[in-house]
Amino acid sequence: MDTLVKERIQVDFQNRMDRDELENCMRCGFCLPVCPTYIQSGYDETQSPRGRIALMKGIVDGEIEPDEDIEQTLNECLGCRACEPACPAGVNYGQLLEEARDIFNQNKQHSLPEKVIRKTVFEGLFPHQNRMENMTSLLTFYQRSGLQKIARNIGFMKLFPETLATMEKVLPSTPTRKEMRSQASYYVHKSQPKARVAFFKGCLMDTMFREVNKATIELLQKVGCDIAVPDTQNCCGALHGHSGEKEKAKELAKKNIAAFEEVGADYIITNAGGCGAFLHDYGHLLHDDPEWSERAANFASKIKDITAILIDLDFHLTPLQMPEQVVTYQDSCHLRNVQKTFDEPRLLLQSIDGLHYEEMNDAARCCGSAGIYNIVHSELSMKHLDYKMEQVKDTAATTIVTTNPGCLLQMKLGIEREGLSDKMRAVHIVELLIEAVDRRTSV
Amino acid sequence: MLDKSIIEQFKEIVGEKNVETSNMSLHSYSYDATPGFRKTPDVVVAPNNTEEIAEIVKICNDHKIPLTPRGSGTNLSAGTTPLKGGVVLLFKHMNNILEVDEQNLTITVQPGVVTKKLIDKVEAKGLLYPPDPSSINISTIGGNINENSGGLRGLKYGVTRDYVLGLKIVLPNGDIIETGGKLAKDVAGYDLTRLFVGSEGTLGIITEAILKLVPMPEYKKTMLATYADIDDAARTVSAIIENRIIPATLEFLDQPTVEVVEEYNQIGLPTDAKAILLIEQDGPESVVNKDIEKIAEICKELKAVTVSVAKNEQEATALTTARRSALSTIARLRPTTFLEDATVPRSQVAPMVKEINRIAEKYNVKICTFGHAGDGNLHPTVPTDVRNKEEYHRVEQAFAEIFEKAVELGGTITGEHGVGAMKAPFLKLKLGEEGIRALKSVKQSFDPNNIMNPGKMFFEEEEKGE
Repeated sequence: MDTLVKERIQVDFQNRMDRDELENCMRCGFCLPVCPTYIQSGYDETQSPRGRIALMKGIVDGEIEPDEDIEQTLNECLGCRACEPACPAGVNYGQLLEEARDIFNQNKQHSLPEKVIRKTVFEGLFPHQNRMENMTSLLTFYQRSGLQKIARNIGFMKLFPETLATMEKVLPSTPTRKEMRSQASYYVHKSQPKARVAFFKGCLMDTMFREVNKATIELLQKVGCDIAVPDTQNCCGALHGHSGEKEKAKELAKKNIAAFEEVGADYIITNAGGCGAFLHDYGHLLHDDPEWSERAANFASKIKDITAILIDLDFHLTPLQMPEQVVTYQDSCHLRNVQKTFDEPRLLLQSIDGLHYEEMNDAARCCGSAGIYNIVHSELSMKHLDYKMEQVKDTAATTIVTTNPGCLLQMKLGIEREGLSDKMRAVHIVELLIEAVDRRTSV
Repeated sequence: MLDKSIIEQFKEIVGEKNVETSNMSLHSYSYDATPGFRKTPDVVVAPNNTEEIAEIVKICNDHKIPLTPRGSGTNLSAGTTPLKGGVVLLFKHMNNILEVDEQNLTITVQPGVVTKKLIDKVEAKGLLYPPDPSSINISTIGGNINENSGGLRGLKYGVTRDYVLGLKIVLPNGDIIETGGKLAKDVAGYDLTRLFVGSEGTLGIITEAILKLVPMPEYKKTMLATYADIDDAARTVSAIIENRIIPATLEFLDQPTVEVVEEYNQIGLPTDAKAILLIEQDGPESVVNKDIEKIAEICKELKAVTVSVAKNEQEATALTTARRSALSTIARLRPTTFLEDATVPRSQVAPMVKEINRIAEKYNVKICTFGHAGDGNLHPTVPTDVRNKEEYHRVEQAFAEIFEKAVELGGTITGEHGVGAMKAPFLKLKLGEEGIRALKSVKQSFDPNNIMNPGKMFFEEEEKGE
């Protein structure tokens, strides 16, 4: 990093970082024992929330100059925000991290390949649902045309890093373009609806994890919701926000707010912990935008996870049944730490006859998926995953339940890496609930 | 700056990856949990065993390089801030539980073991290690021993000092000595074990410890009493003990604390209560029930407005929430939180709290007081903002007066956090010139070159660092 860049970064830190928030960190260290990177690093202060905040504050105060080491430790944070509930002073670490990453990123000269990738992902792909559909249908073509078989037979995937190669194996079988487009935008409940909700369908959830979205709508209908699915909604922007592309995230947020204002529902339901948390944070994302701050706060106050509304509407009191099996639950970090939803999924699982629910040790510890962390920091991510799989194995569960697509893929990856794919599966909670409903109706 | 050749020598001893000199690392070990103190060290070294530490210490002694041992850096008296630069010594690799001896009821540990891990390990075997500082989830046992940490169970069970049976120590000249052992009785020579407990890293480096365990009490009960008058609460504390009952926990919250706790947590505390007592008793079920019944009676006799006894674990947790959320609530009020630990004989708790409130008014600062009433260990806590120089100055003045008052009432300037750099200016209040001279002569005989955690305990002007 040359001196000029360092100076620019420092000026940006001074202008943009929230000094009160930095000052709020009382350095008590209560965040350390819950931080996955601190533990994984063998208790290295530089890899902890307290350490990272001290470094950010050090740059603002001019006590330390920004350098590659600091940029790296900020990037190696999983952003799981487990430190936030542990913090006595209530420091909003996630917001500090996003701002700091954005500053480093905006002042950085990306290499040409990285530029291309970032532009493709952040501008070309995720903001455009039709392109997400194209991507997914390409994947569907790959899976259904026999290409996948050929690729696997000739060992094509061996050319890629281990994580990506395994990832290829665990991707769900995706829908065709026709299937993706055949979605209604409004589901009216027959009798008097118990709640008027809008559904945030997400980009990955609506393409690659299409089945999960279908199951979510079905569940919402079953508990008596009137459901609107605004078709002008788009990607939540989490991926952008977490990767130092804040402006792009704001654009996406504004479009979503406008889209959901039109339908005026009581709640906005999400089924992806990561998206839910980012939507939940729109209030902060747009807090200094006079035209949008109030609208964003209003939008954010309506965000509710599918598991929370199911509990609200007593879904867990209806009879549910599954074949005898042990299940365990992997918390979505953001659902737990930002949306504070952690009892609800457990209650739902415990309400199903036949299921034996076994809480795993450190269920709240990040699995290492963390957006695109498992691709960008593959080696570190696998260390987090290995620890997680040890805890899963200790429960003797045959089903791992998750509430976020990233965690779902990561757990599938974990099962594959452990060679357990013939005796263990990973599912999204709504898939399991729909199974339980179907089973109940069939018996 | 340290000579490059010295850094190379450290690398040879502990391995390259265990010696850190990057700006990022040095900055990250320049502070602990104490507000207002920071100083960048020259190098951070993470040794693997006692022998490596001895070699490092010899080099430091030969070259008069300051050395600050550090666990998790949760220290509240700047005891782990490297005020003179030099070496920060980390115990992240020395974090093993070496042995649980169920015949002798002892546990042998390395200093880097996190206290909670130790406690979980022995509780799984039906044993208890009683010292439980609030930082239990992250503080290390080495830090607890060096600061002689207390906790909520101090009244009945004592503090860290009462559980350290033996130590392995590297002295500042590089000698390795062992003190005490798995012994209930041992009068062979000076009691170096006790001298090193609470020595704040100024005399040598503890590299192994044998700790005493006790049987786990079989039953526990929790209750809460609220008062309209501080004196009634204080008289209750004395009356309980006069009645020959020693509760496991006897905690106190004053009105400003209750107000902020209730405002933020909405747990139904009476905000007009001038004081709240949280009481726990443990032991055989019949004894606990009898004690709790008697305590409830005493509370009512002494004009408690409400007395509630938890019927089950869940209710007990609800009652302890008030005490446990005190710090996190106060910490949210303002950017900086000063948590002090002035301590008085328990008969003086009420006068001390009143003095604290008077001092708060005099200097126009907000002071919330909570703490361990049973052992007189109070935590006057000030929410402030260090960036506001004028207010910060008033906070400093208020604390100085609080410490004076504590000593006047037969108390001390620190009950469980240690002197460090934070309380060094006030040590004279407690010990007098002669006392400090005695302490200094001990320091001098162990560490003539003053390499061990210099700048701590003994006051020198301008210690605040960068």
